Amino acid sequence: MQIEGKNLSFRYHPKLPWILKDVSLTVKEGERVGLVGPSGYGKSTLVRLLAGYLEPEEGEILLDGKPLPRKGISPVQLIYQHPEKAINPRWKMKKVLQESGMFRQEVMDSLGIEKDWLERYPRELSGGELQRFCVARSLFPGTHFLFADEMSTMLDVITQAQIWNLMLREVESRNLGLLMVTHNMELAKKVCTRTVHLEEINHRGKL
Amino acid sequence: MKEQPVLTVEDLSVSFHMYDTGLEQYDLKVISNLTLDVRPGEIVAIAGSSGSGKSLLAHAVMGLLPGNASTSGTIAYKGKVLSQKDKEKLRGKEFALVPQSVAYLDPLMTVGTQVTGKKPDQKLLQAQKEIFRRLHLKEGTEKLYPFQLSGGMARRILVSTAVLSDAQVILADEPTPGLDLQMALEALKIFRELADKGKAVVLITHDIDLAFHIADRIAVFYAGTTVEVADARDFLTGPQALRHPYSKALWEALPQNGFRPIAGFQPYAKYLPDGCLFGPRCPYKTRKCETTIPMAEVRGGYVRCIHAD
Repeated sequence: MQIEGKNLSFRYHPKLPWILKDVSLTVKEGERVGLVGPSGYGKSTLVRLLAGYLEPEEGEILLDGKPLPRKGISPVQLIYQHPEKAINPRWKMKKVLQESGMFRQEVMDSLGIEKDWLERYPRELSGGELQRFCVARSLFPGTHFLFADEMSTMLDVITQAQIWNLMLREVESRNLGLLMVTHNMELAKKVCTRTVHLEEINHRGKL
Repeated sequence: MKEQPVLTVEDLSVSFHMYDTGLEQYDLKVISNLTLDVRPGEIVAIAGSSGSGKSLLAHAVMGLLPGNASTSGTIAYKGKVLSQKDKEKLRGKEFALVPQSVAYLDPLMTVGTQVTGKKPDQKLLQAQKEIFRRLHLKEGTEKLYPFQLSGGMARRILVSTAVLSDAQVILADEPTPGLDLQMALEALKIFRELADKGKAVVLITHDIDLAFHIADRIAVFYAGTTVEVADARDFLTGPQALRHPYSKALWEALPQNGFRPIAGFQPYAKYLPDGCLFGPRCPYKTRKCETTIPMAEVRGGYVRCIHAD
C-alpha cells in the first residue's frame, strides 16, 4: 500500500500566497519518512492534506491510486503535537479508549498504559501519558499509515524515547507507513528510514 | 567572587485546591521544596520531565498562579522577599516572561504593537526591526495578527517581546519548539547575549541538548522538586560527571546518546511516594531513600540523592 500526494497546492485564502505549490510526496507501507524543513514552510499543512483533514486547491491524494475514503475509519491516522487538545477534557481516559474501540488489554500493554490512569481525567495525566492514548486510539486494525506532527516536541527526552520506542515497535510489527514531522535531526536519524526536506520539494518560490 | 543571585527561590511549594466528586475537596501538591537561584549574567536552564513544575515555577515567580493555588517558601528578588503585590509591580518591568503557549498573544492586536507597546518611539521601532531581522521575520510581519502566523513565527514574536522589554530577569518557558535548528540556535544566542549584558535568564526547555551548550548551569526538576543543579559542562561531559540517577537517565535518553529510556513514569502529584520522589524508578533505591532527602553538595554541584558521590 502507498499514499501519494500528487502536485499538491494549497493556500489558506485565494488572496494569500501559496503555502504549498506543486508538492509531490509518496509514503509506502513499512517506510518511515521524516519531513523536515524551516518553520512556516508548510510541513503541518502537507501532513494534514495527506491525512485528509484539508482539501488541496490543486492536485490529488491517492491511496493505492484511489482517492482517500470519505467514510468510516481512515486508514491514515494523525497524531498531534498537543495531546491535551486532542482529547475530550470531560471524559475519563477509559471512555476515550472505549470510543475508539481500543479498550483492550493488548493495546494498553503494548503502549504501557497503566490501569489506574483509566479512571482519571485528561488534566490528571502528563503530556507523555496522554500521548500514549492518542497513539493507542489511532492503531485500528485498518490503520496503514501513521502521521506524527511533532508528536514528541513537548515531551521530555525520556518520555520521548519511551513513546518512540513503543511506536516503532508497533509500526514494525504492523508494517505501517510512518510520516513524522520534526525539527530534531538527531531524532529523525534514529527513527526514520529516509528524510524529506520540504523546501526541496515545495515549488512555491520565495515568499 | 561570584555575584549575588538576583532571583532566589527557596523551598517553594505550590498546592492546588481541587474539587473531587460532589463537595469532596483535596489539595494537590505539585511543587515541593523547590530551590533555584540565578545570578546576573547567567543562564540557568531548567530541564526535567513534562509536568515536573517547570512552567508553574515561572508562573509563581511572575505572580500568575490561579486563585486556587497556595504557596509556601520564598521567592526573593535582589534579596527582598516578594509578596503577590510586589510581583505584580515587577512583572513586565523587572521580570519578563516568554510564555510557553503561543495562545498568549492577543488575537486582536497586531504583533508589532504587542512587541513594542502602543506608540513606540523611534529607538524602540529600530530595535524591533533589528530583532525581527535576526529572527528571520520578514518586513511587514509586525502588521500581521496572530492568526496569520505559523507556530514558529508566533514563537519568535514571543521571544522578541522579552528581548525588547527592559527586564533584569527573563523567564523563557520553552522558547524553541516549532523552530528549526538554525532558528532555535539564533533564539538561544539572543538569550546568551542578554545574559552577557548582565541580565539573568531562566531557560525552561526540553531541547536540553541545545541548552547544554548555551547555559551556564542546569537545574534538573523531577515531580515538582529540584533533583540536581550543576555546571552545564558536566552535562556535556556525560553521565559520569552527573550526580543524580535521573539526570543520567535524561542524558542517555537523548537520540544522539543512545535513545534508551528508563522504564516507568513520574508519579502523579496525588500519589507521591515517601522520601525520594524518584525512588520507584531508581535502581539504587534502599530503605534510607524513604526518608526526606535534602540537597547536598557533591563535586561542585547540588544533588538530592543520598547515594551520589
